[in-house]
Amino acid sequence: MLHVENLTVSIGDTPILKGLDLGVGAGEVHAIMGPNGSGKSTFAHALAGRDGYEIGGTVTLDGADLLAMEPEDRAAAGVFMGFQYPVEIPGVNNMYFLRTALNSVRRTRGEDEIGARDFLEVAQEAMELVEMKQDLLYRSVNVGFSGGEKKRNEILQMAVMAPRLAVLDETDSGLDIDALRVVAKGVNALRTPERSMIVITHYQRLLDYIKPDVVHVLVDGKIVESGDHTLALHLEDHGYAGFADRDLDDASLSGATA
Amino acid sequence: MHPANHAPSEPLNQPADGPNSTDADYNAGTGDLSKVTVGARKGFLMSETMRGIEELTDASYEYGFSTDLDTDVAPTGLTEETVRLISAKKDEPEWLLQWRLKAFAAWQEMDEPDWAKLQITPIDYQSISYWAAPKQKPVLDSMDDVDPDIRDMFDKLGIPLHEQKMLSNVAVDAIVDSVSVTTTFKATLAEAGVIFCSFSEAVQDHPELVKEHLGSVVPVRDNFFAALNSAVFSDGSFCYIPKGVRCPMELSTYFRINSMNTGQFERTLIVAEDDSHVSYLEGCTAPQRDENQLHAAVVELVAKDRAEIKYSTVQNWYPGDENGVGGIYNFVTKRGRAHTEAKISWTQVETGSAITWKYPSVILQGDRSIGEFYSVALSSKHQQADTGTKMIHIGADTTSSIISKGISASHGQNTYRGLVKMMRSAENARNYTQCDSLLLGKECGAHTVPYIEVKNPTAQVEHEASTSTVGEDQLYYCRQRGMNEEDAMAMIVNGFCREVFNELPMEFAVEAQRLLSVSLEGSVG
Repeated sequence: MLHVENLTVSIGDTPILKGLDLGVGAGEVHAIMGPNGSGKSTFAHALAGRDGYEIGGTVTLDGADLLAMEPEDRAAAGVFMGFQYPVEIPGVNNMYFLRTALNSVRRTRGEDEIGARDFLEVAQEAMELVEMKQDLLYRSVNVGFSGGEKKRNEILQMAVMAPRLAVLDETDSGLDIDALRVVAKGVNALRTPERSMIVITHYQRLLDYIKPDVVHVLVDGKIVESGDHTLALHLEDHGYAGFADRDLDDASLSGATA
Repeated sequence: MHPANHAPSEPLNQPADGPNSTDADYNAGTGDLSKVTVGARKGFLMSETMRGIEELTDASYEYGFSTDLDTDVAPTGLTEETVRLISAKKDEPEWLLQWRLKAFAAWQEMDEPDWAKLQITPIDYQSISYWAAPKQKPVLDSMDDVDPDIRDMFDKLGIPLHEQKMLSNVAVDAIVDSVSVTTTFKATLAEAGVIFCSFSEAVQDHPELVKEHLGSVVPVRDNFFAALNSAVFSDGSFCYIPKGVRCPMELSTYFRINSMNTGQFERTLIVAEDDSHVSYLEGCTAPQRDENQLHAAVVELVAKDRAEIKYSTVQNWYPGDENGVGGIYNFVTKRGRAHTEAKISWTQVETGSAITWKYPSVILQGDRSIGEFYSVALSSKHQQADTGTKMIHIGADTTSSIISKGISASHGQNTYRGLVKMMRSAENARNYTQCDSLLLGKECGAHTVPYIEVKNPTAQVEHEASTSTVGEDQLYYCRQRGMNEEDAMAMIVNGFCREVFNELPMEFAVEAQRLLSVSLEGSVG
């Protein structure tokens, strides 16, 4: 479904990703772990289409060239990104924002817009999923939300947008254990045989709740190791130090491969 | 920055007979009327406003049809004779002529204000025509029998003058160039005792009311442009709400400048007697022209004890092109006097005009009176806006609030200038001011100039100000959620203005949404 081949990303003269390869099949959940500065978030933003990157390589979603698309067209193609730092938009009602977002992708896809009543049902269902307080739906987008509320709001948006590929960038950062549980519950409920997910995280903690099919270790702009969830446990015990100086060639850890 | 001050002296040099005999298009004596082609534009002005905000920097003022109107235009130039001509054309009583002449004499001794942060191309007051009136075809016997060409023009503007087609509960006074062409729903309003008519009619039909209140809030010598207006004002709207009456519908006036080389100088007077209530909206458009046109209006509001006046403006005069050529000079004096426990609320959405110089104010004279000012001012292209308010607290326990949202884009310059004055008598008076500026682009500017004068130690004044930009991250966030850049920008800017848009009368908010096909916040559910 998602194919990433030899992806390179530079910001100015600084190379961040240095030839990243990744394949994510339909219904799979892949975790990407790595130390600070390894390029995890850059990878997420490269998929979503952020400005300011020099990009090489190929990225296709269901055969379509993602790198050639504007961010909004990627959204219409089914890419959703959960932001590490969700953005505040003062004066814009959260519910209105969501409905505009949903109808924007529907319009781009040539589908009918969703009416207010039908939308309310969709939104209510998503609200229950993430155990979000009703009033947050009517407040300005992310304005005055706590860290946990912002992340829940991201998952709420994901539930409403029903993406083909969800990229969750450090969704667990800044969450207490209860919020983490709620967010993970939401993510798990949204796993379907058609939907793929890439979960980016520092910590194994999140993967106690969201069981990935594959775990990748990203170090210095490359995936240096891939394995099953036991790889995450190994990282929890030993950290990333062991990966820092290794080349892909001699990567072999506990026999796990992608 | 300071315009040349040739104006006050020049009128004296004009020939005493006023009309410029070389002006082939005009013959004052016979009423030989010139034919002037006007370019009218379609689109409800409010929808233009919103769309203007949406499209932001590259919003063009393009509307494709034009209308021919027979127009009666006075020769350019301003002398005492011009003032007499205008007064005579309108068949005014002697006291009003004398009032105008007094203003004219005052104006000649005054200088243009130079304290605003505005670059003004010097105005040649002798090259302006101070009177232009569409020549109506023979008038039939009902209000709806407006000249079909004019009616057509207003239809294209989205302002139907047929009462049955009107949006429910809005009465309209339509003013083209200098003259009121029709006022709708007069009969319905009369049943409630409300007088809503053109200023000229009021002078004829209700001279005692006009005489009592004209100039009572904005005296003729108040400022240069107010004095000019007082001398040459052509028409405008007059509203009178009797004691205890809640005006049964929204009142509104649409101003339109059509003719070339004319100034528009309208005068609006609203008097709300004790315990009455009225909501009033004005809208403005003008054709696209290469030269600057002057609009110098005066609005006076009188809110007697416990009365409430809500005055909303959607101003979309032609702003000039992207090189800063043409556009309206909007130099307006608006002020209200609030008596005991009265409330005056100004809401303005200012998106048009090359230059806006405007400070709708409230004199909080009576104890416990309330003043409000809600403003959105957009300066794009080469537009300049120096706008704000004055809240003069005289009475005890008076309160005022000011919410100003300035948006600067392209080469626009936007200045908030506001005075909060607590007089010695203003025991326990309170003011809250919030000024937010939004910058779109790198060539524009936002400026905030608050003046605070407090002479009573029990008074409280709060001032908050912020300046922000539409962040790349906000746009990116919206686009990741599927919105294109324009929609995202519109949403963010509308969000910024929301507190002010919420103050617009419901009828117009609904109308705006219908015409815009842009849903604003809070429309879901």
